[in-house]
Amino acid sequence: MANQSSELAIEQLKKLLREKEELNGVATAKIEQLIVELQGCHPNPIEPADQRIIDGFTYFKLNNFNKNPELYDRLAKGQSPKFMVFACSDSRVSPSVILNFQPGEAFMVRNIANMVPPFNQLRYSGVGATLEYAITALKVENILVIGHSRCGGISRLMNHPEDGSAPYDFIDDWVKIGLSSKVKVLKEHERCDFKEQCKFCEMESVNNSLVNLKTYPYVDREIRNKNLALLGGYYDFVSGEFKLWKYKNHVTEPVTIPLKGLDMTI
Amino acid sequence: MAIPSSISDPFASKSLPLSSSSYNPSRISVPAQITAKIEQTHLTALRRSQCSSLKASMGSPGFTQQLNNSKLDTLAEVKDGRDDIFNDLKDRFLSFKKNVYMENPEQFESLAKVQTPKFMVIACVDSRVCPSNILGFQPGDAFTIRNVANLVPTFESGPSETNAALEFAVNTLLVENILVVGHSCCGGIRALMGMQDDGSTSFIKSWVIHGKNAKVKTKVFASNLDFDHQCTHCEKESINHSLVNLLSYPWIKEKVENEELSIHGGYYDFVNCSFEKWTLDYRGTKLEENGRIVTKNKVFWS
Repeated sequence: MANQSSELAIEQLKKLLREKEELNGVATAKIEQLIVELQGCHPNPIEPADQRIIDGFTYFKLNNFNKNPELYDRLAKGQSPKFMVFACSDSRVSPSVILNFQPGEAFMVRNIANMVPPFNQLRYSGVGATLEYAITALKVENILVIGHSRCGGISRLMNHPEDGSAPYDFIDDWVKIGLSSKVKVLKEHERCDFKEQCKFCEMESVNNSLVNLKTYPYVDREIRNKNLALLGGYYDFVSGEFKLWKYKNHVTEPVTIPLKGLDMTI
Repeated sequence: MAIPSSISDPFASKSLPLSSSSYNPSRISVPAQITAKIEQTHLTALRRSQCSSLKASMGSPGFTQQLNNSKLDTLAEVKDGRDDIFNDLKDRFLSFKKNVYMENPEQFESLAKVQTPKFMVIACVDSRVCPSNILGFQPGDAFTIRNVANLVPTFESGPSETNAALEFAVNTLLVENILVVGHSCCGGIRALMGMQDDGSTSFIKSWVIHGKNAKVKTKVFASNLDFDHQCTHCEKESINHSLVNLLSYPWIKEKVENEELSIHGGYYDFVNCSFEKWTLDYRGTKLEENGRIVTKNKVFWS
């Protein structure tokens, strides 16, 4: 009996929320709270997805947060990560897992194929915003771009449009940031099979991203002032290996071409 | 007149193989501090460009050390003051390799073939809110995108990295859940709330403007609160607006209608260590400009 009446009440309250748009924030919050409490009277069976998240959060809270009060106290006030990491969205390559980054250590961008587009004020504001914030506000010291094996994004870059497949709405536009890597790999490794070419492209695309990083004026400035280092990484989860390298850029001293003592008549 | 030149020789560095065929868990004891004899080599390459020469210095393969029955190759220290970074990253990976990768060979073997995550997570770039840490996602669990202020732009706003990831996760990986996770003290939301229309541009402004509807709503409903509390309100408001923006993608809307896909919002408060989560109630939600979003299964853990 109680179930039915509270279910009815929940439905009516939800209807109120839907229909009365002029309700102010306070009233809305109170109604939502009522709904939660009513639901709590006869809790619905927990969805497996929710259970997964409850378990994950509880583990973190008990084994990490509660055991490091000074750290989390400090982090609540602000962050000062030494690393900025670009990694792929692939579920298998979270840098927090494979490189054990704890909260506060790495400012982390994750996108398809871990790409950094070149500086462009009209587009790619998403990546631009992360770099702007990381360099100017957080003053990170290292930017690490991590590629990985069997990357779906790179595979798409290498496949399309030659495979004649229909274009995606957004994916193709994004992965074409790595087009120069594809061209380079196809030229240098034309005899290799597709899988090997993809692997080369996964690594070459990291280099492409590192080069693109330098097109951001604040990145370039901090590198020149020796406050920032650019690193490339490659996680191969098939063989269980990690490659790590540095991007170095060297400007030589000028050589003066002498004007005197040379026969200028040719 | 300097001639700028750059090199990147990705394959000069040595990888860190720990060949699984020689690994024998019962007889191995890897010491916590791996001490290594370091060899340094420098590579000098001459380019065929005018009047320029460049030096490349790369980490070189150090050595091979016998350790009981396993072989460990480690990265040699690169000589120029960044040694500690290389060593730090090396240790981090080795710790993962030893404690996680080698402990679960079947799982990693099957993951190497294909990923089938149930979740797609959209989280903020903030170093304090990695979903793998706070929600315990393990390899293979969650396809993750991280951007400033965990925003989801609308379908109409054109291509971006966020919607490329959405397309892949929903249409190719066929995830069953999308979870947008916001958090306390978000710098991006703060920038959104503090933004002035003074004509100045920046990447941050151009990006966080995707959350402007949340700002408008916050100014209306929470105008009596101080700025910090307004930001908190906006952090949560913005999550709901991102959920609505998800429905602007036809292929997402279709799957939600067919109950193949659920959309959830989450809020992590790292000051008090609490986590709230709710699910979008599609049937109840109105989708016009200022429509009310209806949620269900709201839970709060602290």
